This record gives sequence, structure tokens and C-alpha cells, in this order.
Amino acid sequence: MADQTLRQWLLTDTPTSRRHAKLSAIYQGWLSFRGNTMAMIGLWILLALVGIAAFAPILSPHDPFVQDLGNRLAPLGTESHILGTDSLGRDILSRLIYGSRITLYIVALVALIAPVVGLLVGTVSGYVGGWVDVVLMRITDIFLAFPRLVLALAFVAALGAGIENAVLAISLTAWPPYARIARAETLTIRAADYISAIQLQGAGAMRIITRHIWPLCISSLIVRVTLDMAGIILAAAGLGFLGLGAQPPSPEWGAMISEGRRFILDHWWVATMPGLAIFTVSLAFNLLGDGLRDVLDPKGGE
Amino acid sequence: MTIWKNTLAGATMAVALSFTSVAVVAETPANMLVIANRIDDIKSMDPAQSFEFAGSDVNQNVYSKLVNFDPLDFDKGYVPDLAESWVVSEDGKSITFTMREGVMFQSGNPVTAEDAAWSLRRAVILNKTPAFILTQFGFTPENVADTIKADGNTVTITTDKRYATSFVLNCLTATIGSVIDMKTAMANEVDGDMGNGWLNTNTAGSGAYSLVSWKPNESVTLQAFPGYYGGAPTMERVIVRHVAESASQRLLLEAGDIDVARNLNPEDVAGVRNAPGVKVQEELKGRLMYMGLNQTHPVLSKPEVRQAFKYLIDYEGMQNSFLNGQWATHQNFLPKTYLGASTENPFSLNIEKAKELLAAAGVENLEVEIGVREAQERIEMAQSFQNTAAQAGVKVNITVGTGSQILDRYRARELDLSLESWGPDYPDPQTNAGTFAYNPDNSLEAQGTGYLAWRLAWDTSEFNPMTEAAVQEVDTEKRIAMYNELQAKFRDESPFVMMFQQSEQNGVRDNVMNFTTGQAISAADYSKVTK
Amino acid sequence: MALAENEGGARNRASLPRWVTATLKTIGSIAVTMLGLVFITFIIGRVMPIDPVLAIVGERASQSTYDAVFLQLGLDKPVIVQFAYYVWDVLHGDFGMSLLNARPVSEDIARVFPATLELATLGVFFGIVLGVPLGVVAAVRKGSWIDQVARVVALVGYSMPIFWLGLMGLLIFYGMLGWVGGPGRVSIFYEDIVPSVTGMILVDSLLDRNWTVLKDAFSHIVLPASLLGYYSLAYISRMTRSFMLEQLSAEYITTARVKGMSEWDVVWKHAFRNIRVQLITVIALSYAGLLEGSVLTEIIFSWPGIGSYITTALLSADMNAVLGGTVVVGLVFILLNILSDLLYKVFDPRAK
Repeated sequence: MADQTLRQWLLTDTPTSRRHAKLSAIYQGWLSFRGNTMAMIGLWILLALVGIAAFAPILSPHDPFVQDLGNRLAPLGTESHILGTDSLGRDILSRLIYGSRITLYIVALVALIAPVVGLLVGTVSGYVGGWVDVVLMRITDIFLAFPRLVLALAFVAALGAGIENAVLAISLTAWPPYARIARAETLTIRAADYISAIQLQGAGAMRIITRHIWPLCISSLIVRVTLDMAGIILAAAGLGFLGLGAQPPSPEWGAMISEGRRFILDHWWVATMPGLAIFTVSLAFNLLGDGLRDVLDPKGGE
Repeated sequence: MTIWKNTLAGATMAVALSFTSVAVVAETPANMLVIANRIDDIKSMDPAQSFEFAGSDVNQNVYSKLVNFDPLDFDKGYVPDLAESWVVSEDGKSITFTMREGVMFQSGNPVTAEDAAWSLRRAVILNKTPAFILTQFGFTPENVADTIKADGNTVTITTDKRYATSFVLNCLTATIGSVIDMKTAMANEVDGDMGNGWLNTNTAGSGAYSLVSWKPNESVTLQAFPGYYGGAPTMERVIVRHVAESASQRLLLEAGDIDVARNLNPEDVAGVRNAPGVKVQEELKGRLMYMGLNQTHPVLSKPEVRQAFKYLIDYEGMQNSFLNGQWATHQNFLPKTYLGASTENPFSLNIEKAKELLAAAGVENLEVEIGVREAQERIEMAQSFQNTAAQAGVKVNITVGTGSQILDRYRARELDLSLESWGPDYPDPQTNAGTFAYNPDNSLEAQGTGYLAWRLAWDTSEFNPMTEAAVQEVDTEKRIAMYNELQAKFRDESPFVMMFQQSEQNGVRDNVMNFTTGQAISAADYSKVTK
Repeated sequence: MALAENEGGARNRASLPRWVTATLKTIGSIAVTMLGLVFITFIIGRVMPIDPVLAIVGERASQSTYDAVFLQLGLDKPVIVQFAYYVWDVLHGDFGMSLLNARPVSEDIARVFPATLELATLGVFFGIVLGVPLGVVAAVRKGSWIDQVARVVALVGYSMPIFWLGLMGLLIFYGMLGWVGGPGRVSIFYEDIVPSVTGMILVDSLLDRNWTVLKDAFSHIVLPASLLGYYSLAYISRMTRSFMLEQLSAEYITTARVKGMSEWDVVWKHAFRNIRVQLITVIALSYAGLLEGSVLTEIIFSWPGIGSYITTALLSADMNAVLGGTVVVGLVFILLNILSDLLYKVFDPRAK
């Protein structure tokens, strides 16, 4: 009964306060999001991932670090090793389960840092224009023009190897494209009539950027960020591959692929299972991102 | 813009062409040897500077030396090459070589005694990385004019002390002993570099092949030299292509697009064994894998702890699993096939024994860092060790880095443990004894980074006299006995955990005969290959 | 980049001075970006915990050899002096010698860059030709099976580790079916047959009218280029779809439809026309990404491109090679951006 009233309160056509209107908008967004099956699948996969990460010790059948050289490269479906074992005889399923923690950690941090920096730089640059634009875009160009791996490698090399530094390094290389996209969007929005109207009403630059330009940029950014997720996980793996990311015996998925690729012709599952894990997660991000886009994007709605 | 147009036109045309035929070339041309190898380590083609595996392979085929090995029979030891014969002076310090007559360089210039003497003097004067192979005999840029002399048809070299003749001659079989065409090299001299700049990318030798092109990280192409004194080789062209991935090499080999694949991993070796038309050729190499314990560490320097770590390696487990066929247990600093090499392997994985030793030393909660180079098999070795060490209560943290990063820290004595490999520089026991069991000054200021014992800060004062005596012993039997004694003491006391010796497994098309990679003592030789 | 993008009123002024200042501005900003690029790379060379001297001489060298090389590299001078020397040399077209293979860096780059250019160009070509129509159709038929297929195609392309896909592709199309050539740019026995004019084997063999080599080279490039193409396809098609959806829901489209304009005209003449600007940015970014060189693809296909060149150099502290490579990649990137800016101006009705 209380639920019913809350629902009615949220669905009201006549909001009683600003907060009420906002909550109502969010709830309606959620309703339309819930109607999108694909997006819900994505959301469920990611929730499952969080669950797996949280309950890793309970869920995994073996210790992810225990070796058994006598039972290495066991094929799929082996008794007590459903996904087989790796080169040192460790249970692949258990390593995947534990690896979900590292993956979530990387993805969450990079997704928090890079797009925000990019959005800030891009919108300010595009809206303010003039010398601010010139300076910010010069800096963006310098970073963008850099081969990404060189930049990431150098950064990690300077700060020392490890997963945290790898995350920072990836963020450092990931923000410039977001800045460019945000700026391009801002340029087209800036010329729009309603922005001029708001300007005439005396709104400040910061207010226009955060209230009116950011929401419009977010749709392209979300598409880009979700599409980048797999790339981010693989970039972390690339650094791990060069000895600058997660250190062994950490069951980081990308590192597991690197380890397994030596056997790809005869023992394909060793590299394929973590590959599938990465694939599933990035698929989920993509599905979720698409759904969010439909909800968040005021222009793209049906 | 026209390039663009052409590209588009070409792409369209090529699409059309590719549909008209699906024929696969299943064989390389009969007069051509095609090899897949990792050649990104080549830094220079100059024999006075070249010191990497892939570079030695090229030099072995392009240059002749005073003495060399017979690629069809390495057991004979060094045999005459450009020197037809030699005599040792009464005091044992001078060796006089008589040159073979009528040999030509690839340029057409005759090979003279002066070329040979100049090449050796040049290597000493240039003082590049491998120069120590010659300077250990007392040659210096100042005295080479007197100590390395040509006279008519003979070359005489005079060492500072009496050394085993085999030691001196073995050193001359190294790449740095190559005889260079002096006239050609000096014609390309720039700023008194004795042709170094030019020879870095060009060759001037009298070997079976001449260098056509070297594209770094891409390919090396050799062309047969018809005037080679040992007879023109059957393979008119040899192309070595850089292929980094084992899987890619295997696919190329199985498809018949290459004749030899040199970097197959154990799983791919097992795979190609079943492939039709391919054989696997094994050669024992001189490279050793070891773990070094830093003696500046308060715990790792205890004798019981050194012992304990030797029982914490799963030698057999690794050898029979991921190292299968490519690294075999070997617990001595002299590789098998070397003079005096011991084959005793007293250690095996024994957690209980290790625990006892650690307890005897009063060690508890030991946590150490091991530095490992970024190479999958090494990372796995380290993880296996990490696993077994944990069972004895020792926590090992692995730090993976690029070769140079790890090497930098190793040389600075910064790592607790180092998982490293070592390859001999010339086929004489001194090459390893002089670095594992010899450290003239252990002080930090001495910066004796060239000695492995120094890098571990290991005081070898008991070993130094034994090593020095062994290298000067002229009687071979006595020398062998001395090295056996040295190795026994070393096994027992040293902070080096000697682990494995390398075996190279090459995938070879089964019509290829007489291909060799030089075993433990030399480099690849293509001059006798037939198909 | 939109370098000379001025406030709307300025364009009515006399055209010549504006043209001149715009050009000067462009050149100035390229110079600043390049200098920044070189400087950061130079600093990277300093902070890398790898000793370049050791990387050159190796672990067996004696101390005197080490010292000689140290002095030869000028490492005893202050960093700023070294930087000044370097910039001076680069301005004279001299990237210095590779520390590791003792060759002029410019010579190496002239060899490796065309290899990447060839691969990236064909890759992005595949990506555009397939990705743009796919994205447009997916947007027009939003929610239909075509949209779902396009989504799956893109997502799979984007989520697969490239070396897994590459090795599997080699195994199937080369190892088992024999439809394409193996790793490498041409079969080994065709090496050095065609005279090198552009360094791109497809173009060179075409100029030489050597159809055998052309065919062979194409059979080698088609697989890696398709893989890279697949990746840019994934990105391009998703972005195209996103941009198109935005346009299709706009009012003017509804108006056009109400007016009875044909669906084809609505989609291509109106909506698509308006996304060209954004699309160009996306394609330029995608192309630039490919031109940077895909290290893993290059390794698997033994493709001697600039990506693996720079990485190898970096990991062995060959800073001259890294600097040279970075400068070239950076320059190409900047030129690509200027091009995309120019097109921006040509196409965008609003930016005028």
C-alpha cells in the first residue's frame, strides 16, 4: 500500500517541489529503461559480476593460486575443473572468479576519471572559446597525438609498476578523445537558439556548461565510454603483459589471456575463457550504455 | 592524390584477382633457405661490436676466422679455418698462425696475414662490448702493435701470461675473432672509426655468404659467395624473417612457407611433431638458468638459507611440464659439453629439508622480492618457486620488468632474488668460471658489474685462486679435475641456485639436411645445408 | 582542432589577410604542439628507469666501454642542453641514429611507417565502407533485427581480444583453408623484388605493374586489414547509429516527412548530411588510432610497422628511435586533424 502511494507520488503530473520533479523524472526514466530488455540483460550481468566479486571465496571451487604441475592444461569439463586448468595447473574458473574483483576495480576507476576530465576540458574549451580553447586544445592535441602505449608505459615506469598506477596511466591516455567529442558537441550546441536565450536571461558560463551542455554531451560520451570498456580492460592487460600492470600470480583477466596465448593452437580454452569473460562484461557494458543513452538523452528518445 | 587513386584501383583489382585463385604455395624455392627467428636483438653487424645471438648467426656465415668449428662435427673442437696451422712458443705465451694461401674476400681482395692481425688489433682498439674476450689476454690499445703482429704469411699473438692454448684458441672462435677485409673497411672509414659505422650495417668478409640486406626487426638476407674457399654453398639465398610469435612460426612451418622455425614453445613443438613433412631437431645450448641470492640481505646471506633455497625449486616438476624439452635440470655453472662440466645434480624439491635448514638458521616470516624478466616461461618458473617457497613459509613477491629494467636493478644489487640466465661468451670453461666463481673485489666501489658474483655481493676469496689456477693449467686432465673440484664447492656453498640448461628445439622441414644452430659453442651455419 | 575558427562576424572582412593569419595560426599551433610532443617524449626518456647506455653495450661490457658510450651520447650534459641539441637536429631533418641498431632513425621510419600506413588505410577503408551504412540502417530501423545484428557485429568486434581473433584467423584462413597469405607483408621469396618507391608494397607493385607481387601482397594484407577494419567498423557503426538517431528525432525530419519527402531523401539528403561533421571527427580519430600502429596485430602478423617499432625502442630505451617515431605519429595525427577541420568547415552549415 505504501509502495502504491510512493509510485503515485512519483508518477504525478503536478510535482510539488523541485526535488519531487527530479525524482519523478528519474523514476520515469527507470520505467522506460526497464522496458528495454537488452539493457536489463546488461544490467543483470553487471550486477551478477558485482555479486561474484563480492562472494568470490564462497563461489570458487578451488584456491586460485594453488598449483598442480601434474594436472596442467586440463581440458574443459575435467572433473572438478569445469573450465580446465592453466599452464601451472591452476583452476581457471576460480581464477576467473577472483579476477572479477580486479576487473571491476580497473573499470570503475578509469570510468570515473577519464570521461570526467575529458568532459570538463572539452566543454569548457568549446564553450568559452578564445585563448582558453587554444590552450586546452593544444594540450589535448599533444596528449592525443601521443602513441598511447608510450604515454602509459612512461607514466607507469615513472611511478612504479602495479595495478593502481596502471589505472592512472590508462586514464591519462583515455581522456583526450572524450574531450574532443565533448568539444565537438559543445560547438554544435553553442550555436543553438535556446542557449542564446538562456544567455540573454543572464545565466553564467559555468551554469550553462553544467546545466545545459553537459546533459547534451553525455549521450555520446556514454556510448564512447561503454565501447571503451573492453579497450580499457585490454589496455590494463597490455600493461600487465609488459610487466607494468597486475603482478603475477594475480588472476587479472587480461594477463590470463596473455599467459594463455602461447597455447592457443592446441589448448585454446586457456586464453579463450578469460577472453569470453572480458567479452561478456564489455557486452554488458555496451547493452547497459545503449539503454542509458535512450533514457538520458533528451534528443534521442522515441 | 594519385597514390590514393592507385591504392583504390589496386585494392579493387586485388580483390578481383584474389577470387580467381586460391592456390597455396606449399614449398620454398629449392635453392633458398627460409628461416623464421626472433632477430630483434641484432644491434650491429660489425664483428668487433656484435654480441647478440641473431647477430652471431649472421657473422658466422659472413666472416671466416683464424680457427673455427666444423659445422658437421662439433666434437672435433676448433679446427683450422683461415689459419692453416699454428705453433706455440716455448714459453707458451706466443702463438704463430700460418695463413691459408689463395683465399679471397667477397670484394675480390686476397685474405692476408695483415688483414687478420688488423682485425684483432681493431677489436681491441675499438673497445666495444665483446672486447673483453681479447683484452683478458693482456692486449691493450697501447700494446697491440707489438702483441698482435703480421709477418709475411704469419700472424703472431703474444699474451701477457701463459694460458692454456685451448683457452686462447677457443676465444678466437668467437665472433670477435672474425677476419675483416681491411682495404674495404678502411675505404669506408669516417672520423677514425676504423670502418665501425659502415660495418655496423655492411659486411666485408670471406665467408660462405655475403649480406644483401638487414632490415631491423624485419629480415636479414644473405647471398651465397661463389668464391668461398670451402666451396660455394648449395643454398644460394638465405632469408631470416623476424617472426615473434611461436604460433605464427608454427603455422608458417606447417604450411611450408618457411624451412626452419627457431622459436617454437614446448606446446607448439609437441604440435609440429604430428605435422606431416616436419621434423624436430634438438641441440643442447650453453645457456643456463639460475636464481641468485643477494648477499647484502641479512637473511639470504646465511649459509643454511642458501642451502635451503636449493631445495625449494621443483626442478623435476618444471622440467617435465612447461619447460618440457627446452630446459633440463643442471645444477652446475659449467654447461654440459664444456670441458670439465660436472653432471652432478644433488638437489631436488624437498620442503621438509628446506624447513629444517631455515629453522636451523633461525629464520621466520621471511619475505623477499624476486626480479624476473618479461618472458612467459620465466614468469612461470618464478610462480612455481613462489608456490613451493610458500610451503616452507617463505613469502616471495614477484616483480616483472623488461630485460633492461631488471638488469639495471640486478647490477645495482637492489633485488633480493634474481631469476636470470647466462650464456657463455666463448667455448672455454673460463667464460663461466671467471664470472660465477670469481670476484676480485667485492666492495661496492669496485663496481665489478661484469662478475655475477659481484652482483650478488658474494665474497669469493676462497674461489678466486682456484679459478685463476684452472685457467692457466696447460695439462687438460688436471684442468678438468680442477674444474670438478671448483664446481663441487660451488654447488655446496654459493648463493647461486643453478637450475636448468637450455636445449634448442627447432622445427625443420624434413627435406632440410645439415642445418645446425651451433650447439653450445658456436652459431648457426648455413654453408652445408642442402634440401 | 578548429584552429582558425573565429566568431561569425569576422568572415566578412577582406579575405586575403584573414587567409594569411589563419595559415600562420595553423602553422604556429602545429609548431607548439610538436614542440610539446617532443618535450614530453624527451622527459619520458629521462624518467624511464632504463639505462640507455646499458641497453646499448649489454651486460658484458667493461666499465671503460660503458663510459665511452656514456660520453658519446652526451649524457654528461644538462638535460635542457641535450633537448636543445635534439630540437636543433630535428629542425635540420636529422632524427639522429638509433641507439640500438646504429642506423639513422629517419631511414628506419621511412621503412616502417609505410607498412603501417598501408595497413591502416585499408583497415579504415573497410571500416567506413561497411560501418557507415550499417550504422545508418541500424538507426533507421531502430529495434529491428537489422539493428540487433548490427549491434552484435559491432559488440563482438569491439570485445574480442585482437590477438585471439588474429591467431584464430590465421589458423583458419591461412593454416587450414589456405585462402590468405601467412604472417609478413609478402611471401618471403618475393622480398625485395619490386623497387621501393612509396614503401607500400601494394602501391609499389602497382607502379611496377608486377601483378604477381601485387596479388601476393594483397593476400597477406587482407586478413590483418580486415581485423583492424572490423575494429574501426565497430566504432564507426556505433557512432553513426548514435548520431543518426539524434538527427532522425529532430523536428526538421518530422517536417520533411510530413511534407511527403521520400524516406531515402530524408535519411541521406537530410539526416546524413547533418552528421557528416561528427562522423568526420570519429573517422579521423579512428584512422589516427590505426596509424599509431596496432602493436599486437603487428606482432602476430609479423608486420614491421611503426607501433612495434616504437614499443621495441621504448622498452630498450632507444630514445632517439622513440622520439623519431613519436614525432612522425604526432605529425600525421595533427595533419589528419587539420584535414578534418577543413572538411568541418566545408560541410557544417552551422560552423559558418
